[in-house]
Amino acid sequence: MGATDKLKDLALSESGFVFDPYTGSTFSANDTGRKILDGLRRGLDRDAIAAELRQGWDGVPDDLGRDIDDFVLLLRRQHLLPPDFSL
Amino acid sequence: MSKPRYERPVLIRHEAGLMNKFGRVQALRPLTEIDGAAVDELVAAYGSPLFVFSERTLVERARELKEAFARRWPRVRLAWSYKTNYLGGICRIFHREGAFAEVVSDFEYDKALGLGVPPDHIHWNGPYKTDAALTRALAGGAIVHLDHFDELAAAERIAERLDLRPSVALRISLSVEGVPEWSRFGFHLESGQARDAVARLVAGNRLELVGLHCHLGTFIADVRAYGEQARKLARLANEIRERHGVRLGFIDIGGGFASHNTLKEQYLPGTQATPPFSRYAEAVIEGLCELTCPAREQPLLVLETGRALVDDAGTLIATVHANKRLPDGRRGVVLDAGVNVLFTAFWYRHDVVPCQETHGTPEPTVLFGPLCMNIDVIRDSLLLPPLQVGDRIALRNCGAYNVTQWMQFITYRPAVVLVGDGGRHALLRRCETLDDVVGPEQTPPWL
Ligand SMILES: Cc1ncc(COP(=O)(O)O)c(C=O)c1O
Repeated sequence: MGATDKLKDLALSESGFVFDPYTGSTFSANDTGRKILDGLRRGLDRDAIAAELRQGWDGVPDDLGRDIDDFVLLLRRQHLLPPDFSL
Repeated sequence: MSKPRYERPVLIRHEAGLMNKFGRVQALRPLTEIDGAAVDELVAAYGSPLFVFSERTLVERARELKEAFARRWPRVRLAWSYKTNYLGGICRIFHREGAFAEVVSDFEYDKALGLGVPPDHIHWNGPYKTDAALTRALAGGAIVHLDHFDELAAAERIAERLDLRPSVALRISLSVEGVPEWSRFGFHLESGQARDAVARLVAGNRLELVGLHCHLGTFIADVRAYGEQARKLARLANEIRERHGVRLGFIDIGGGFASHNTLKEQYLPGTQATPPFSRYAEAVIEGLCELTCPAREQPLLVLETGRALVDDAGTLIATVHANKRLPDGRRGVVLDAGVNVLFTAFWYRHDVVPCQETHGTPEPTVLFGPLCMNIDVIRDSLLLPPLQVGDRIALRNCGAYNVTQWMQFITYRPAVVLVGDGGRHALLRRCETLDDVVGPEQTPPWL
């Protein structure tokens, strides 16, 4: 199973409601979180995800990479990504 | 079309009991001013962290308390509990509202005298009064509440030496359902010790018994406890009158009413759970109705309410120093104020409100202070929107005990300001400096 395979099986709604079919857990992601999830599912790398965020939002901080890494940590923490995953 | 404003990405797991664990989503309307004084302006003038007191809230609470009781009992006195907050400016506000002083040490007695309170407007409690202190108090005419038999004997010796017959009260401890007993203070009622003390005092014929005092404990949100306390004190007063012919001038029910804070173990927030003063008053007066003396001889009712008067008037403004992600997924926020200045964080879930507009999804957050100590946690779990470095937050209901019990530990204690009418503001206490801390130090000559 690939590192992001589990992410691909998540049910992800427009409103940011996330359902993990393996555990039955549910989550809420905000719009930027949803965008990152979506990017990871499409196999994008860190720079490509950052570029999409800069394109879609105003006021993106210079150290955007830190926010993305932080979000990846949350996904690892919720067992949606393997513990050794990093972008 | 303009793009949406960026928010830090978050993912929040839905958990049963989330509300319980993290508290409710905090009110998101930012606190940008306190009684007309802009928070930014206050911090620019006095620094951060900063304690801010609202004069209006202090006055309103004092009047609300007084009115709740005065509507139900002919004579009521507030004695301001100095230990709860003895900043001179705060005490002055209560004295201006007619309050006497309630002190428990030499230091507090001097503080009250220094503020112009006459000795006979000072109630003196506590288990430790040195002979020197007792002598000053009895000679000056302060209202001394005797705590134990050794103190009773000391007071008699001093009265004899000074050739005076001072007026004193007895502190009584008693048991009330649902309240842990503070039996280490005063003469115990149910064991018969209180009756012995009365008999002993009357037989000694050196002191004039003018009052009974009892302080049940603190943050007591069940008003029935006060009904029972008042009933027991009333019955004791009846007995003293019948057995010894002593007519008491006052019954002092101490402090202990709950503020609008929320205890850590409490489910409902204090704003919903805390009874209004009127309900305490109803319970107390119902108990006092057991008094059998004629109406014109009814004793004065003394209140030593502390935290319920001052807690809600105090706000601590703190600044966000850093954000970090904790290994358990929560967000950690490092503030410039910790348990050194807000030690009530150990037992309250202080209400937290951002002082500027926030954008973004609230996340489970831990608020840390600046100390290098694991216990330095201001709130261990609450839902807060993203905060940026330099943002300010307000911790509410901080007015009681913090500015008396704060610690000088690795840094200075911050400034305290009062906001008065029309948003005018002034210092109650300036921020400490190095000289304040090292001033009392001495260098042994061989170093
Ligand atoms: C004798 C006495 N009176 C009054 C108070 C004030 O209590 P509170 O702040 O709970 O109202 C205290 C507090 O410990 C006290 O010991």
